[in-house]
Amino acid sequence: MNIVVCVKQTPDTAATVTVEDGKILWGDAPLVLNPWDEFAVEEALLLKETHGGQVTTLSLGPEDATEALKLALAMGADQAILLSDPGLAGADTLVVSKALSAAIVHLGDVDLVLFGRSSVDSDTGVTGPQVARRLGWPSFNLVAAIKEIDPDGKKIEVERMLDEGRQIVKGPLPSVVSVVKEINEPRYPSFMGIRKASKAEIPVWSLAEIGVTEELASAITWPEVFASPKVEMECEFVKGDSVDDIGAALVKRLMEEKVL
Amino acid sequence: MSKNILVYVDHFQGQPLPASWEAIGAARGLADEMGVGVSAVVLGSGIENIAKSAFHHGADDVLVMDDEALKDFIPEPYAGALSSSAREAEVLLLPTSGRTRELAAMVAVDLETGLAPDVIAMEIQNGAILATRPIYAGKLLTKVICKARRPQILTLRSRVFSKPEPDTGRSGEVIPLQAELGDVKTQVMGYGKAETGVSLSDAAVVVSGGRGVSNNSGLEPPEDITDEQEQEIWRAQQGFKLVTDLAEVLGAAVGASRAAVDAGYVPYAIQVGQTGKVVAPDLYIACGISGAIQHIAGMRTSKTIVAINKDAEAPIFKLARFGVVGDLFEILPALTTAFKSELGK
Repeated sequence: MNIVVCVKQTPDTAATVTVEDGKILWGDAPLVLNPWDEFAVEEALLLKETHGGQVTTLSLGPEDATEALKLALAMGADQAILLSDPGLAGADTLVVSKALSAAIVHLGDVDLVLFGRSSVDSDTGVTGPQVARRLGWPSFNLVAAIKEIDPDGKKIEVERMLDEGRQIVKGPLPSVVSVVKEINEPRYPSFMGIRKASKAEIPVWSLAEIGVTEELASAITWPEVFASPKVEMECEFVKGDSVDDIGAALVKRLMEEKVL
Repeated sequence: MSKNILVYVDHFQGQPLPASWEAIGAARGLADEMGVGVSAVVLGSGIENIAKSAFHHGADDVLVMDDEALKDFIPEPYAGALSSSAREAEVLLLPTSGRTRELAAMVAVDLETGLAPDVIAMEIQNGAILATRPIYAGKLLTKVICKARRPQILTLRSRVFSKPEPDTGRSGEVIPLQAELGDVKTQVMGYGKAETGVSLSDAAVVVSGGRGVSNNSGLEPPEDITDEQEQEIWRAQQGFKLVTDLAEVLGAAVGASRAAVDAGYVPYAIQVGQTGKVVAPDLYIACGISGAIQHIAGMRTSKTIVAINKDAEAPIFKLARFGVVGDLFEILPALTTAFKSELGK
């Protein structure tokens, strides 16, 4: 089974993120594999262990955006490809999905494309479904379990996590699946894996290389980015002689403030 | 209906999301400023009542596609129908849910236009909508604009835009929507049990538990539980019972911190935070939650936050309007009793 995992390089979630002169900075925090994508890479590796095949990780970014791909290789992915082109600067999801789907077509003979549910930086959560739409393949979004997959019969059955509960859906392969955290427990890269990844040559594909000759124009622009206003609250500590007094006093204050 | 603002009414098996009405309310505000009308779109099977409610909440007309093939939400046919209805619209608004992120994503591809998900504020600038949305888990905000292409597609975060009061006297034209649904390749086989009671994203009140809910060494687990980790989980479950009791009295949703989920106390479906759900209730009660950045990212926009924690220095108190320093195993039952008598239950 040929599996493609689309991954993104993001700053570590523990980073203190700031804005200076319209640029987003994260200090000396490391760049990592988008945490949601770890689940997608893990799922690909699990499927490969059961069904055989090849796991290819695909990322898009500047020429040095190889951290996510290296981590995926260290976890056990077979190959990594970086899409990088001056024509992708300032790309919105419309452009990113076009480039990714062209790369997937260029790879050829793909059975399954995996995504993490969203990226922790731009947090749009729409790239997976957009790639599916462009490829004309079924989209299974927010998947908490792949219940069955049959690469020969070209079938898949998954559990999607809706706000209201789980939905069980089946359909054909190839398809695009975006996964949520419940699906598995991502492995740590092995020592050997890290060594292999550090030596790996990651091929960089341009847009021309994947057959995109038209100019890709984003529909969206971001005129301004700024820090969220700080929530500063003077906490009123509710006290009393007994817990019953505290409970009653807190309810009284909430009623007075018309919170309820 | 050309140049209209179109609002997609999201529903689960015929139950509309309250955020759909918030979106109609927000559309009404924009439409009045732009001098256009508001159309709602309802897709599904057996959905006449939803169309009626859409009028009550401010739609001028409602496009309806009532088709057995739309009985279950499947993104591809839904996107096909929505794209064909949105082709001429100036703006397409959707409430944000798991379904609509996917739906909006596909419609944006069909119509080759811009999409801003999870928007928390909108203003009109030179005829286009300048939207604000959180990035980096709410640490930053970004303005987003789609200048040239139409429709502009935005999904609006739940409970940020106010819900209009329904006016049951309002009515309008129901326009049957004809659309090619195409070849539907997937099939819904059924539904698993819901992991949550009251939906977290829509709840007016959320009561959440953290790692602290297991913090009661005085509780003796049954003798057959000998494993230390299982004993901790058993203690946590006793703590979560108290959280659930309080939630029940308030008609609230139950949430949890990542620490509580990772420790195996409760399912991931109720996790609030950067890697879980984002909530913005009127009242958020944090029980035994220290207030890690990860958790705060998911609840910082709650209108009023109450924190109950043993540690007076816990960072959660910096966000809280009201705080109680103490043992939640004692405080929660007392608080539940006090709410019961206040609310006459």
